[in-house]
Amino acid sequence: MVLWEVDIYPATGQVDRRSAEIVSDVADLGLAAQVRVVAAHGYLLEGDLSEAEVQQLAAKLLADHVVEKTVVAQVGDAALNESPIGESSLVHVLPKPGVMDPVAMTALTGIQDSGAQATQVRTFSKYWLADVDSETVRVISDKILANDSIEQVIYGSLDLDRLEHGVAYEFELKTVPIRELTDDQLESLSSTGQLYLTLVEMQTIQQHFQDLDRDPTDIELESVAQTWSEHCSHKTLAGRIAYRDENGERQFDNMLKETIFGATVQIREELGDDDWCVSVFKDNAGIVTFNDEFNVVFKVETHNHPSALEPYGGANTGIGGVIRDPMGTGLGAKPICNTNVFCFANPDTALDDLPAGVLHPRRVMKGVVSGVRDYGNRMGIPTVNGALYFDDRYLGNPLVYAGNVGIIPCEMSFKEAHAGEWVVAIGGHTGRDGIHGATFSSAELTSDSESLSGGAVQIGNAITEKMVLDVLIEARDRGLYTCVTDCGAGGFASAVGEMGEEIGVEVYLDKCPLKYDGLNYTEIWISEAQERMVFSVPDENWQEFHDLCESEGVSANIIGKFQDTGRLVLKYEDHVVGDLTMDFLHNGRPPVVRDAFYEPPVVMDIDFEGTSASAADDLLSILGSLNVASKEWVIRQYDHEVQAGSVIKPLVGVANDGPGDAAVVRPVLDSWRALTISCGMNPRYGDLDTYHMAASGIDEAIRNSVAVGANPDRIAILDNFCWGYTDRPETLGSLVRAALACYDIAVDLQTPFISGKDSLNNEFSFFDDAGEKQTISIPATLLISALGQVDDARTCVTMDFKESGNVIYLVGTTACELGGSHWTLVRDMEGGQVPQVDTSLSRPIFRAVHQAISTGLVRACHDLSEGGLAVGLAEMAFAGGLGANVDLDNVETNGEFDGETELVTKLFSESNTRFVCEVKPENQEAFEAAMSGVVCKLLGTVDATEQLSISRSDVVEVDLPIAELKEAWQSPLRW
Amino acid sequence: MATPRVLVLRAPGTNCDFETAHAFERAGAETQRIHINRILENPDVMKDFQILCIPGGFSYGDDVAAGRILANQMRNHLADVMQEFKVSDKLLLGICNGFQVLIKSGILLDDNENGDPPATLCWNDHGRYEDRWVHLKTTSDKCVFLRGMEQIYLPIAHAEGRFVMDGEQVTASLQSNGQLALAYTTPAGEAATGFPDNPNGAELNVAGVCDTSGRVFGLMPHPERFIDGTQHPRWTREGLQDEGAGMTVFRNAVEYFA
Repeated sequence: MVLWEVDIYPATGQVDRRSAEIVSDVADLGLAAQVRVVAAHGYLLEGDLSEAEVQQLAAKLLADHVVEKTVVAQVGDAALNESPIGESSLVHVLPKPGVMDPVAMTALTGIQDSGAQATQVRTFSKYWLADVDSETVRVISDKILANDSIEQVIYGSLDLDRLEHGVAYEFELKTVPIRELTDDQLESLSSTGQLYLTLVEMQTIQQHFQDLDRDPTDIELESVAQTWSEHCSHKTLAGRIAYRDENGERQFDNMLKETIFGATVQIREELGDDDWCVSVFKDNAGIVTFNDEFNVVFKVETHNHPSALEPYGGANTGIGGVIRDPMGTGLGAKPICNTNVFCFANPDTALDDLPAGVLHPRRVMKGVVSGVRDYGNRMGIPTVNGALYFDDRYLGNPLVYAGNVGIIPCEMSFKEAHAGEWVVAIGGHTGRDGIHGATFSSAELTSDSESLSGGAVQIGNAITEKMVLDVLIEARDRGLYTCVTDCGAGGFASAVGEMGEEIGVEVYLDKCPLKYDGLNYTEIWISEAQERMVFSVPDENWQEFHDLCESEGVSANIIGKFQDTGRLVLKYEDHVVGDLTMDFLHNGRPPVVRDAFYEPPVVMDIDFEGTSASAADDLLSILGSLNVASKEWVIRQYDHEVQAGSVIKPLVGVANDGPGDAAVVRPVLDSWRALTISCGMNPRYGDLDTYHMAASGIDEAIRNSVAVGANPDRIAILDNFCWGYTDRPETLGSLVRAALACYDIAVDLQTPFISGKDSLNNEFSFFDDAGEKQTISIPATLLISALGQVDDARTCVTMDFKESGNVIYLVGTTACELGGSHWTLVRDMEGGQVPQVDTSLSRPIFRAVHQAISTGLVRACHDLSEGGLAVGLAEMAFAGGLGANVDLDNVETNGEFDGETELVTKLFSESNTRFVCEVKPENQEAFEAAMSGVVCKLLGTVDATEQLSISRSDVVEVDLPIAELKEAWQSPLRW
Repeated sequence: MATPRVLVLRAPGTNCDFETAHAFERAGAETQRIHINRILENPDVMKDFQILCIPGGFSYGDDVAAGRILANQMRNHLADVMQEFKVSDKLLLGICNGFQVLIKSGILLDDNENGDPPATLCWNDHGRYEDRWVHLKTTSDKCVFLRGMEQIYLPIAHAEGRFVMDGEQVTASLQSNGQLALAYTTPAGEAATGFPDNPNGAELNVAGVCDTSGRVFGLMPHPERFIDGTQHPRWTREGLQDEGAGMTVFRNAVEYFA
């Protein structure tokens, strides 16, 4: 058997984009004063292949003869090691054995389709680096070319003779002698076995098996650990918490149930027959009604830790995973759009400021964006909404929120597996992917076998998931199964365990299709390999289900049977390797009891003296601050129009580049009924008070949707908490306080939470230069995602000013709320009152604005958030390519202020529930009538000057060309 | 008017099949979305159809190169049936990924003497996937799908859309045959002079190409994404059109069989 190598270079005269990108990254990171690079990509082909065949494959399949040239030879041949740029260092980067290599899989399909006898393919990249020393080559490899969590780097020529990996598995039952262990030994077992259970939980397991008079097998212990994990059971937030703050003490039996979920229960009761929630907080995603035919499904998840290690793969599998949530909700929803929110440290962070082991934030951002792009685009799901948030506390722990909306026929919104039905797994095969840190030692690539971090890091294969989706919808519509769920965290253990919770199930682990040999039964059970879904299929439908999958090339296998036993029985061939009662698995966990307290920080006053003179500069600075600045570089990499439902795109305005408030999508192409997708988040407010941060986040998410035309009485929201180490009472306290706000605001606004998720312990520890351990905790970060509804998409509006001569109104009251504001951020100031939400004002405002928009009285509407009124006006002006003349005297404030305080407050305060509306003169009267019950003030007019002019008491305070405002806003992230 | 039947071809990773079928149906056609595996099993399936459309998406993930695997499957197994379809006075449309497949399979442009396609669609000049609306104009009256159209505004969404021809002879031949049917322009309708008007760096601003008969057509922009007024990026400022300009492409196809 011969191993062939095909190197593919850009043809003469073609631009070498990869090389140019590397050179630019080297310069950005300051790694070398000068470097020359030539990059190639290529394939290693193993099999019974002649040179002529490989040449043919290179020419006809692997390379494009118009724009590429190839070098083909056996691995190790001198022809492959001839530098195209003279004296240089050669670096090869290969995916580690066992890491998903979708291109190689597809290439193999193509090769076999052409009749050639290849057995294995692997891709690689190859780089020639000149004008740099070997140490710099290693730094460039480490920082730019490769990521050692999934890739291996080979310096110099490749020296390998085969690709095969995996060795046959020989069955051996393992038991864990737990009954005699001391507490110390139990704790040690928990950590070395990567079970991550507390001592009390370990003692509970020990007691259970003492009562059974036997020791557990390894797979039983793993099953319990998976089921009892924070990720699967949310034991901290759904646990008992003793909370106290300045208002007193409160005991929770189940904190989430009594706050966020409790709000929804109360709202549904109050709505009575008008209840439009369908399924909340129980399935993989929340479901609400949409029209007579369809319900709509929404879920947002996080994938933070994998994205910190391998941004591309982490984000890739993050979006892949959350898409499977609606697919695994009810009998399966069809995904119709994605939303993504990321939190990073400043991408201009100096390399020297990076702690060891931390990827540079620019690399993290580029990787995350490409990971989401490649998965979402390939799935054919438009990414329509999102946000990027920057704070240096995300340095070692970036956040990646990924969300998906789906639609499902009303009558298919519920599911139930039955005893006697088959457990069927379809989609991706099972490998060691995502097994907690298992070392993949059976793999061999070189003669020195390379260890694999199979661990948390994975690469997705979107096309496998798309194929699963295609057959899922068809099988659903033919009624071939009774229940479905996705394999996410915990793999089969979690998915099958949950589906069989009320019944009992027997699993045949040896029947699960594997990517390669060598997996033991426990690895098969807990692998988190991607793109797998589990179905409950009645025997009479199995053949048809199987044939449907086969006809589209989707793997489908019976891996077990639901049985009316109340037990989880795990078998490998004839051996029973695990036998647990569902009751112990799902109800045996001892309750988690935690203390939490919150002490609101003292509000410091802001000294406004001397701050008003720089209003124009402050406006430009806020527009250019990273959170506010244009995200066009990211947005345009996402297909936001596939499925053809796009009504309001993420970028709007005269040049299609202004910041839209929310996306609007029509999921049913012959109906005008539409959905809005928006979000709200402000971690800076959380530094001052997490209650008001949460309240503001809800208000922001809702007002973004209302601003484009959503009915405020039909907005559903999701909560996603990302917090630091919640074993600390003060950290948990700040979370409980946010949850209390969620309850209060949701109930007051009648806006139900329909699903949510938490990610705790987001902290990064490292040793500084002095050898001291340092810990960076992320800021308390609550993402609120909103899903709104519009009766008729043709009534929607966008935020760009439309016509000269129209008048400008400000709806809502402005308070001196500059705490946590972007004005204080760009001025590097502290203090100030955090923005609060007064629901007695906000609910009527939302309704009045909606009334005006839906009756066609509003030409443009923009919500005010970071940077307040000044930023809102600037964005409306440059997005519309029009000027505006605005007088601040009419801005209604909730108090009397001195001159400088008043100016800054009116321009930059971030008070909630405010909108700027543009209205045609002929509609002024009707608009004012619609606004009669709420604060609404005429501020000025839109004009054709291309100048934003803001004055107060006849003094012009801001007078800037819209081109300058736009440039300030566009330039920071124009990569 | 006879109702033509449209085969909307699916492959693993195809993702614009629903909305493309919807656009054809709105134009008055009957459509069926059929998986490539069914055609491979029984190529005669194609005889029931007058129009074959390969829609957008990422067939086989666009792994190796955009459209390459599906194109090679067609070369390897369906060359005869495709040729028969092509010469039977029927229509073939490839949108985005479908265009990439038509080019790389040799269906749209005849192979050169080495048996290779004389042109390709490769990585965008800036190296990224790009979703944006582009101004286009028809540059030939040959193409059936573009009849009666002069200027049109449509979205593109692709990473590999740069049209490159293999040498000046190819360029001269395609030009003189009127096969370079659709070009990127400035908003004013002048020849584009670079990004973003020409979003990918295509040679001669080529956005769409037809065969010598004008009945086989591939284009990078997505006409199926502009059949309703609300799909236009500026409908909230410029007013709602009764229908999107992309409808003409589908109506031309249906009317060809009138």
